[in-house]
Amino acid sequence: MDITDLRSIATVAALVTFVGIWVWAWSGRHKKDFDEAARLPLEGDEE
Amino acid sequence: MSNNNVETFYDDYVIRKFTVMAVVWGVVGMLVGVLIAAQLAFPALNFDLAWFSFGRLRPLHTNAVIFAFGGSALFATSYYVVQRTSQVRLAFPLLARYTFWGYQAVILAAAISLPLGYTQGKEYAELEWPIDLLLLVVWVMYAFVFFGTIANRKIKHIYVANWFYGAFIIVVALLHIVNSAAIPSEWFRSYSAYSGVQDAMIQWWYGHNAVGFFLTAAFLGMMYYFVPKQAQRPVYSYRLSIVHFWGLIFTYMWAGSHHLHYTALPDWTQSVGMVLSLILLAPSWGGMINGMMTMSGAWHKLRDDPILRFMIVSLSFYGMSTFEGPMMAIKTVNALSHYTDWTVGHVHSGALGWVGFISMGSLYFLTPRLWGLKQMYSTKAIELHFWLATIGVVLYITAMWISGVTAGLMWRAINEDGTLTYTFVESVKAMHPFYVIRMIGGLMYVSGMIIMLWNVIKTVQMGQATPAKIPAVVAHA
Repeated sequence: MDITDLRSIATVAALVTFVGIWVWAWSGRHKKDFDEAARLPLEGDEE
Repeated sequence: MSNNNVETFYDDYVIRKFTVMAVVWGVVGMLVGVLIAAQLAFPALNFDLAWFSFGRLRPLHTNAVIFAFGGSALFATSYYVVQRTSQVRLAFPLLARYTFWGYQAVILAAAISLPLGYTQGKEYAELEWPIDLLLLVVWVMYAFVFFGTIANRKIKHIYVANWFYGAFIIVVALLHIVNSAAIPSEWFRSYSAYSGVQDAMIQWWYGHNAVGFFLTAAFLGMMYYFVPKQAQRPVYSYRLSIVHFWGLIFTYMWAGSHHLHYTALPDWTQSVGMVLSLILLAPSWGGMINGMMTMSGAWHKLRDDPILRFMIVSLSFYGMSTFEGPMMAIKTVNALSHYTDWTVGHVHSGALGWVGFISMGSLYFLTPRLWGLKQMYSTKAIELHFWLATIGVVLYITAMWISGVTAGLMWRAINEDGTLTYTFVESVKAMHPFYVIRMIGGLMYVSGMIIMLWNVIKTVQMGQATPAKIPAVVAHA
């Protein structure tokens, strides 16, 4: 295995990781957590 | 503030300093910009003084607006945002103070050494090695303060704005160390550690990621906090913000070679840069739409809120320049646009339109709150600033589009016998009127900034630095 194989593996791994993150974010299981997280800027100070 | 209640208040001391200096450096950097625009239109304004000439002042302008204005605004907002979204005081408060004085020292050193002609000759990385080292020390302290605060957070979730700021801090350190690597031969003289095409590729890997992580990711951190804050609504889609973040992280790194189309760089490397630049359109527009849609249901607020208007126009320019950028990275388009003013127009559409407007909006949000007030001294002045800046940017970029495309077409025009249709000086003559228009646009933009400085000074005089309380009931996100 030469350096080009390693580079190819790294590229494919990066793509798979990104798609994985996308699927994770869209899976719907985290909707409640995300909704809470989205409110963080509105709750950080007393106004 | 006494020591026993120190844990119940946010630490905004250094944020106030960075906020004021951001506006001061904005005025300075943009004034130098207008000066060099005038020098391009009227070369007599170089006055035959080496230190006052375009070549010396141009890096002063770029460093002042990007690193002094933009950088100070980022220090201020990142320290503000990381505390509010972590609901905890700044970690290492002493280091935070050092980052202020250290960073201002770097800026002063740049302001003196660049006109004197000390430069490493790399765009946006001109500063000589002793200043580079000082900046490195400041940056490591910055990382300690920022990530230390995140480590101390009272909120389990790390809000998306902090991811953007965090990526900015890490990647800028990486870029700075790699691209500034040089062999010093004496104080204020050094030679790049790389040579030939590798040196060029490393420079533009640096240069484009300075755009990607300094001028984009970091200001997106600003956007993801201050747009929801000013609109008083949570961000439109949190999951989209996550994909926006990772999309940018995975693609920006490889786009830099589009700065070297049709050079000695291997052709495949140019093509990789072109393709990844085109891919960048997707996450960029996802993020732009996410920011815009945060306004849905609150559009009426734009009518009488000039701060929100700054933010929405900034998102429009983010969308425009992240569309224009990928187009210009296409080799055949680049064959026309490269080395013309089109590039200059594109950069300023991003810098004045996106980075400038989001910073101004955020600083207008920040200033009254840091001095215990509800709003700026004059809302009318913000309104005036908004219109001056908007018309200024539009004049600037349309002038550069016309000038750039005209020059590009003239340079490639060929007679039937294969000779050039136009001499170079004919293209310069054609560009001249647009250089004057650009100068006027810049003058309007900096006028707005001067009004902002006046407004900030008035606000600071009217208010009083009041410590802000950390909410007692901790949210459980």
